[in-house]
Amino acid sequence: MGRALAVIIWILTFLSVLIFACKKWWFPPSIVNHGPALDRQFMITILVVGFAFTAAQVGLGYMLWKYRDTNTGARAVYTHGSNKLEVLWTVITAAIFVGLAVMGQSVWASLRLNEAPPGSFQVEVVAQQFQWNFHYAGKDVLFGRTDPKLIDDSSLNFLGLDETDPNAKDDSVVTALAVPVNRPVELILRSKDVIHSFWVPQLRFKQDLVPGMAIRVHFTPNTVGKYELACAELCGQLHFKMKSYMLVLPEDEHKALVALPQAEFQARMKELLDKYPLPNY
Amino acid sequence: MSVETHDEVHRHPAPTGFIRKYIFSIDHKVIGIQYIVLALAAVLVGMTMSVLMRMNLSWPGTSWPILATLFPAGAPGGVMNPEFYLSLVTMHGTIMVFFVLTTAPQGGFGNYFLPIQIGADDMAFPYLNMLSFWVTLVGFIVILAAIFFSGSPSTIGPIGGWTGYAPLSALGAIAGPGQGMGMNLWIISIAIFCVGSLLGALNFITTLLNMRTRGMSLMRMPLTCWAWFTTAVLALLSFPVLLGAGILLLLDRVAGTSFFIPGGLYVGGLLSGQDARFPLHTGGSPILWQHLFWFFGHPEVYIAILPGMGATSHILATFARKPVFGYRAMVFAIFAIGLLGFFVWGHHMFISGMSPYSAVAFSIITLSIGVPSAVKTFNWLGTLWGGKIRFTTPMLFAIGFVSLFVAGGITGLILGQTSLDLSSHDTYIVLAHFHLVMGVAAIFGMFAGIYFWFPKMFGRMMNERLGQFHFWITFIGVYSIFVPMHVMGLVGMPRRYAQFTEYEFLKSLHPLVVFVSIAAIVTAVVQIVFYFNLVWSIFKGKKAGDNPWEATTLEWTTPSPPPHDNFAGRAPTVYRGPYEYAVPGAANDFLMQTDPEGVVEPAGSEGITGNGHNGHRH
Repeated sequence: MGRALAVIIWILTFLSVLIFACKKWWFPPSIVNHGPALDRQFMITILVVGFAFTAAQVGLGYMLWKYRDTNTGARAVYTHGSNKLEVLWTVITAAIFVGLAVMGQSVWASLRLNEAPPGSFQVEVVAQQFQWNFHYAGKDVLFGRTDPKLIDDSSLNFLGLDETDPNAKDDSVVTALAVPVNRPVELILRSKDVIHSFWVPQLRFKQDLVPGMAIRVHFTPNTVGKYELACAELCGQLHFKMKSYMLVLPEDEHKALVALPQAEFQARMKELLDKYPLPNY
Repeated sequence: MSVETHDEVHRHPAPTGFIRKYIFSIDHKVIGIQYIVLALAAVLVGMTMSVLMRMNLSWPGTSWPILATLFPAGAPGGVMNPEFYLSLVTMHGTIMVFFVLTTAPQGGFGNYFLPIQIGADDMAFPYLNMLSFWVTLVGFIVILAAIFFSGSPSTIGPIGGWTGYAPLSALGAIAGPGQGMGMNLWIISIAIFCVGSLLGALNFITTLLNMRTRGMSLMRMPLTCWAWFTTAVLALLSFPVLLGAGILLLLDRVAGTSFFIPGGLYVGGLLSGQDARFPLHTGGSPILWQHLFWFFGHPEVYIAILPGMGATSHILATFARKPVFGYRAMVFAIFAIGLLGFFVWGHHMFISGMSPYSAVAFSIITLSIGVPSAVKTFNWLGTLWGGKIRFTTPMLFAIGFVSLFVAGGITGLILGQTSLDLSSHDTYIVLAHFHLVMGVAAIFGMFAGIYFWFPKMFGRMMNERLGQFHFWITFIGVYSIFVPMHVMGLVGMPRRYAQFTEYEFLKSLHPLVVFVSIAAIVTAVVQIVFYFNLVWSIFKGKKAGDNPWEATTLEWTTPSPPPHDNFAGRAPTVYRGPYEYAVPGAANDFLMQTDPEGVVEPAGSEGITGNGHNGHRH
């Protein structure tokens, strides 16, 4: 019995490691400048995790194999432990675990503690139950005033944009995100109703959109293409369908797009979404 | 305290009528069994829900005639609605966390065995004990009521998940199906549960501190008692916060307050304050709910797992025929986990919009909590080292606990890092992590406890052959269910999706999704063997003596099942630590805690730290 259990534990351990190591199911390739640093931190962590997991399970199996009761009549080793060992393994694990936590903060700091670089392309993202709205500032690079009192979904004023505000004249609100390649992007995340979460797997980050708050995140995309955008915080009945796309466009194509007035913006966006295929999954 | 006062104040006569004996009993043993039965009923409900969810995820759009019959509105034509799926998610989580993982390990086993293991004849407050069970049962009835009176025919309760994030949970019926009356009942049930747990926690703490028998110093207590004690302290400090949060949430919903609802919301075509369906709200903070919820929610994880850790240590020592390795370190580790457990709640909120600076602090403390967890694992391996391991069913489950605790806990190193959580958050890797560690490992702790203590509770052994079959399939089954979920998380699969059909990037995961569902269904079906074994053994099991496992602690010094006052009027005297196995020179390979001193003086103490061995001498 002891040997059977040991073998089963070893097999399960091997298969568990294999399902990671075969990399058949893995992160999609990163399309952002902070991606490689994150991936490196993940690899270091998963190696520590994999090693600790394997060592513990192999050790557990070894104990079961070696110390099964074989009815020899001999007694177990009488010991209450070893303070030396306790200190040793406490200090070693503390150093490794806390070390990992501290190392992991550098990417976090660059993304969340630092502000977006000046000259970032800004988009306001306003989520609502089961729909993404993206507010582009237009040529003047100034967002028009919005007011919840002016929101009227039935007349398609999803944001409550104040049409009388001069800054709003050239603004566009569409349901997909288009950002320029190789230029810092800043998103201003808001929600009209409940909490949603902005999730493009290739961007390697999520951020909740919390009603009552305007949360800023920034990143620099480096690969042109079309990517799926999902909601990652349970927001109600059709949460699983709250989908949009993010386009990362060449500088000139993007510039031309965001200069268009609302109606043409929308039409051009549709063409671009058709033009760019999704990555091969 | 003196034994005389203890006897006078505390002794109560054995009840005679059926109702006072088995229904409204103040006997901690009966109450313990009542809690276990409640958890056994609740886990059936929760497990059935998980099977329904898996069916929907792997074969979306399939028509299941049985569902059409049972839930004509939730599954019209037998095809599950997304809102029905989400209500299953919510109720599965709520029922499992509260009415299984909190109920059985602490209320069940703790109630039954804590007084006996410290040599007391009952809990400190027997009537309070009875009350805490009945309050908990009312909580369970209310959560079941949410299934039938959800206010939306297409759901079986609210759809906001067991975390009930505001404002989805605070806005009422306009936020979606099930968010009306179903949500109110959900909050009320949780609030009632909090009260029951608080009463229980007070009782555990008082009993352990005041009612230990002669010679039972703190460092001579079994590790189970340390675990139950620490769990009670966690419950005492965390449940009031959830209770308060629940009341505030209910006020937001029914009394027009705005604790969690900010101004200017526009929901379902209505602006806040526009008409009676959506009254005016202003100034609340959705993140406040998350802080309050997780201030409770994270200690709750340890409330679920600590008793399993205690049982595992207890059982590993018993069947390795060895003292627990590093008893004192184990006690400190339990304390460290309990204490640090109160300072890590923010790791659930790295991407919630809270200050990114506090996330840094929460992250570092979170990875620190891995240290006492690792110390426990090392000591379990140390306990097995040099042992004479007997592979009984309870031992198999205790070993399974160690394996699963490592498998589930270790990924906390990924999720606890701010930068890695950016992509892992709310994906299936989170699901895999917490199910393995607080769900499955904790349940393995319970299985180990049931197989181990069943002979004491019912005077008969459970069937070993069925027990081992149950173990093998369940052990392989849970690995097959939860390990693949990790890589689903890497690909980016979000939690709480009713279907994965909408996204191209999830398509490659479909074979894994189906594999997991099949493993889940097989594992669930095999639990029938366990239930059968349980019931069958009560009547037909092999008779167990007082001490069938040749164990050392006080519960094994009294008849199986123990008499009403546990020790038949004679308070036991304790002479030694709890795990004196393989003592050189002793007649048997185990020394009971009650064996008088002088039976043997353990020789060869060099290199021995004395941890838990003879304990603290007065």
